[in-house]
Amino acid sequence: MNHLMRGHAPITDEAWRQIDAEAKERLVPALGGRRLIDFDGPHGWQHSATNLGRTDKEAKAPTKGVYLTTRRVLPLAELKTPFSISRAELADLDRGAVDTDFAALDAAARQTAVAENVAIFHGIESSSIDGIAALSSHDPIPLGKNDFDKYPEHIAKAIEMLLTSGIEGPYGVALSPDSYTGVVETNEGGYPLLQHMRKILDDGPLVWAPGLKGAVVASLRGGDFLFESGQDLSVGYESHDADKVNLYIEESFSFRVATPEAAVALTI
Amino acid sequence: MGFDQYHEPPEELSTEIRTRARMFASLTEEAEAIGWYDQRMSLEPDAEARAIMEDAQTEEFKHFSMDLEFLLRRMPVWREIAKGVLFQEGDITELGNAAEEAADEDGGGDSAADESTSSSLGITGLKGAGL
Repeated sequence: MNHLMRGHAPITDEAWRQIDAEAKERLVPALGGRRLIDFDGPHGWQHSATNLGRTDKEAKAPTKGVYLTTRRVLPLAELKTPFSISRAELADLDRGAVDTDFAALDAAARQTAVAENVAIFHGIESSSIDGIAALSSHDPIPLGKNDFDKYPEHIAKAIEMLLTSGIEGPYGVALSPDSYTGVVETNEGGYPLLQHMRKILDDGPLVWAPGLKGAVVASLRGGDFLFESGQDLSVGYESHDADKVNLYIEESFSFRVATPEAAVALTI
Repeated sequence: MGFDQYHEPPEELSTEIRTRARMFASLTEEAEAIGWYDQRMSLEPDAEARAIMEDAQTEEFKHFSMDLEFLLRRMPVWREIAKGVLFQEGDITELGNAAEEAADEDGGGDSAADESTSSSLGITGLKGAGL
């Protein structure tokens, strides 16, 4: 057994299968950030830091005539989202019920995906993670409120900015849920706006990213946005009582932007 | 073009299983290529030709290793057993048996709960996939 302690949970094999399947089904569509970045790993729960290949400034060594430098690393951040499932629901699941109430699991999956997307796009200061939008070296492009019909123009402009900086494609776009809905619901003289944007992107991905504010246009050529996974998203066991089982969704990762020129933020 | 990697109706298989099937086919092809170069090099008298074959075989080593690592990451019990066998000193058969026993003690492949005990949800990278 590993630190997830799943073997201690009063949960049958079939229930674990369904819990994992439900978690995956809810997480994957919401993990918009992962659709634009390079994923490395998983390297395991014991993996604690990313090598940055850099050192701090030389410091005074404890012995005369000796030089001291200290390696700089990027520590992995851990995200953990607790949730509970009713034991009565799990018992019914084992009887063959097909409408198990996974509402708390679904909410936890969404919270986790939002947290990961925020880390990727906007960063987490306390974990020394700089997000793609936050670190972009380009001036952000204002999207305007609800001006969805202007989105293709803004995206074309962002791609031009990337090309001018020598950043090659393919390119992808991540949109906040509000922007995504606005784009999906907008037509240009009967032609869906979504299709127009896909054409500009040359069929590059158009991504729904809850947690993102505005939008981001990024190069997918590789090597620019680096996600290092320790333990990839997993469901673990915390505790239980007579009524419910307390579980959690967990992952550990670091994220860094190697090329701030490789993305443009579009802000609301 | 045939689709020999499937032993079950592909339309009934999940996307993940179909991806794995393709990787299994690739793994087999890389292993075959390594073996073919092995034979050719052993008979080729021309040193320049042999050097090119050696270079090509080295590429296949890399491809095989990448295919294998991909599959091991997706199949936790296999990974556990492989950890006990690969890059270890000692009798390979004994290492294999010990690794298998250790995996069985952890539940092996028969228990979904224990298999997933040591594994994540297997989501990993999603780059390039739109929604």
